[in-house]
Amino acid sequence: MTTVALKDVTKVFPDGTVAVDNVSLDVNDGEFMVLLGPSGCGKSTVLRMVAGLEDPSTGAVLLDGELANDLPPRERGIAMVFQDFALYPHMSVGANIAFPLRLSGVEEGPRGERVADVASALGIGDVLGRKPSQLSGGQRQRVAMGRAIVRRPGLFLMDEPLSNLDSGLRAELRAEISGLVRELGVSTIYVTHDQAEALTMADRVAIMRKGVLQDVGTPTQVYGRPATLYVAAFLGSPRMNLLEATVYVHLDRYVTLNLGEQALYLPWDDIRARAVAHYHGERIVVGMRAEALTPVAPDTPGDVLQGRIRYLEHHGHESLAFLDIGATAIVVDDLGGPVTDERPTGAGRGLRRLGQVMQRLTGRAVGPGQPAPAARGARDSVLNDPGRHHRRPAELAVRLAPYPAVNSGHPMAVSVRMDAVHFFDERGDRIDVGWR
Amino acid sequence: MMTTTTPPAPAGTESVPGPPVTRAARVRRRLNSPIATGASILIAVLWTVPTFGLFVSSFRPEDEIKTTGWWTAFSNPQFTLQNYQEVLFGRSASSGQLAGYFINSLVITIPSVLFPLAFAALAAYALAWMNFKGRDWIYIAVFALQIVPLQMALVPLLSFFSEGVSLGGIELMPAWNLDDEEKFVQVWFAHTCFALPVAVFLLHNFISQLPKDLMEAARVDGATHPKIFRSIVLPLIVPALAAFGIFQFLWVWNDLLVALIFAGGGSETAPLTVRLAELAGTRANEWQRLTSGAFISIVVPLIVFLSLQRFFVRGLLAGGVKG
Repeated sequence: MTTVALKDVTKVFPDGTVAVDNVSLDVNDGEFMVLLGPSGCGKSTVLRMVAGLEDPSTGAVLLDGELANDLPPRERGIAMVFQDFALYPHMSVGANIAFPLRLSGVEEGPRGERVADVASALGIGDVLGRKPSQLSGGQRQRVAMGRAIVRRPGLFLMDEPLSNLDSGLRAELRAEISGLVRELGVSTIYVTHDQAEALTMADRVAIMRKGVLQDVGTPTQVYGRPATLYVAAFLGSPRMNLLEATVYVHLDRYVTLNLGEQALYLPWDDIRARAVAHYHGERIVVGMRAEALTPVAPDTPGDVLQGRIRYLEHHGHESLAFLDIGATAIVVDDLGGPVTDERPTGAGRGLRRLGQVMQRLTGRAVGPGQPAPAARGARDSVLNDPGRHHRRPAELAVRLAPYPAVNSGHPMAVSVRMDAVHFFDERGDRIDVGWR
Repeated sequence: MMTTTTPPAPAGTESVPGPPVTRAARVRRRLNSPIATGASILIAVLWTVPTFGLFVSSFRPEDEIKTTGWWTAFSNPQFTLQNYQEVLFGRSASSGQLAGYFINSLVITIPSVLFPLAFAALAAYALAWMNFKGRDWIYIAVFALQIVPLQMALVPLLSFFSEGVSLGGIELMPAWNLDDEEKFVQVWFAHTCFALPVAVFLLHNFISQLPKDLMEAARVDGATHPKIFRSIVLPLIVPALAAFGIFQFLWVWNDLLVALIFAGGGSETAPLTVRLAELAGTRANEWQRLTSGAFISIVVPLIVFLSLQRFFVRGLLAGGVKG
């Protein structure tokens, strides 16, 4: 119902933290958009800027095409569901759900009806008289959703609503939320750190890391053709196997990807070979998911990697074997955090000390805004330093049938489906031809 | 196939709880032991003995009080209500007539509790949850005002009311010229001002610990600041309000200095404390009236404290509210 457009939105907090760095995002009418990323990546801050609870430092937030930067939250036609439910503890469940209606002046009769409708739709019609402290976690979340739905907003904003629930409940509520939102046809922005939630619920997924938007697309797109190394590593369980490879081009014949003790070959007629060939003599990242690997007999010809099983993980419905193939792994730092500022000099330091004293007295951050740190633009190389003597050996994850007849130490050969292999350069960007 | 069942535990054996593991559990066990209980009872009795002695004295005739100690009343019981009667309803010039002063005390104390509570709650909410420039400096200033001793402000306040404010010959504010009953305004003013820094500090502590999500949920639901304050903050800070209310009530009820200076005029405005001081001070040989006067003076704070005391403990200990 409401469309959201974020144009070059940046948020820098007073202590210098860059929470959101130049994010541009569109949410279409009726779309379920999921903001995915690790803790501290800025996704909640983006949500709060759409809600009006934070003001962007620069950039525009547009709701239905109109600039909404200066609109207070209550005039934006939104409803928000919080991670810890944020129910009013001194009011009954019915009063909690009715609160927004009371504020907007709905009369008592129609108010009670709407509350009863919403409550019965969510399955909490019989606890309307209780206080929130007397409810279970799942019921509280339903009350929070009821409070959001009863307002008939144009936009739902959900900030990790399921993270405080146990995993069984989570799966059940996931389906409920998804179904409910689609039935109502309301645009939704949903924030989570759980990639399974994102992939199952979303119409489109936006992955963020350290305040920067990494990739946006449908779950199929971001899973099948990840735009950056980080996205590739973040999505999917088990994690995508990421190997360091050196490129050698044999013109008009094939491109060798030297993984260390073994190598894979890209035939020249594969269109990606041209793109990869640019990196002749350099190191790139080769990624392959566990589903691209199939165990085969050791002497099978073709793209086959020989390895020895390091260890097995039994998951009941399948087993994962982790192979040592003599390659080097690429480690992706999963714990994204905001970039910290540098210490100011001289007078700035004195003012900072005063700011810290005031901060302790008043209990919140105070002081002049620090300039944006210099490290924003630069990205470090994802590849290992050539001089490091302890490079992490790669463990290739392979899917096997449950409880296979192999053990640690057994040799195993896997064939690689070359069309399911991904390539990333040393900055982490995707190497590909003519993609979105 | 034989199914084995666990044999039922023989009757009579109860599982003995093992020795407490954590330090807190050990302390709790020690504090619950009979020795600790006995010691605390002993301390409580010792503490109450003087008050009990006073209570007994208030029922003894004048000569007895002045010649023998109160403990002899048990061997030689002679009880009378003469003290109370004289103090409450006596018509002579030197007798108590405490009834009128009792009313004065109430008239002074109740607004002196309600005004600071109201102002401080509003101020604390604004300082905690509203964003405006200079907010933190204002809070620090109010917080720092606790340092200012009462005595420093007495003379300026008094001259403010009686002479007004004039700067270099220009009169900025005329004298209030309050007459007898209107002098209550001065006392309320003084008590409110002196109570506000502590009140704002206490309530700010409590209000700022309310979960931020609650405020944000209310904002998104469509509430403005006044609505949030009325519907959400006020019900949740009742323990803090009650805790501060008790403190303030006791302090104002028992206060002598401010009352003497601002309301010590006559029987229209003077509270109990002033009158009791007069009773003991003018002619020290009439101090048997003090015993009964003191107990009459205790009644009201006792009622207030007992009725609000459950809030008192919650207000002091409870740091915040769990949503």
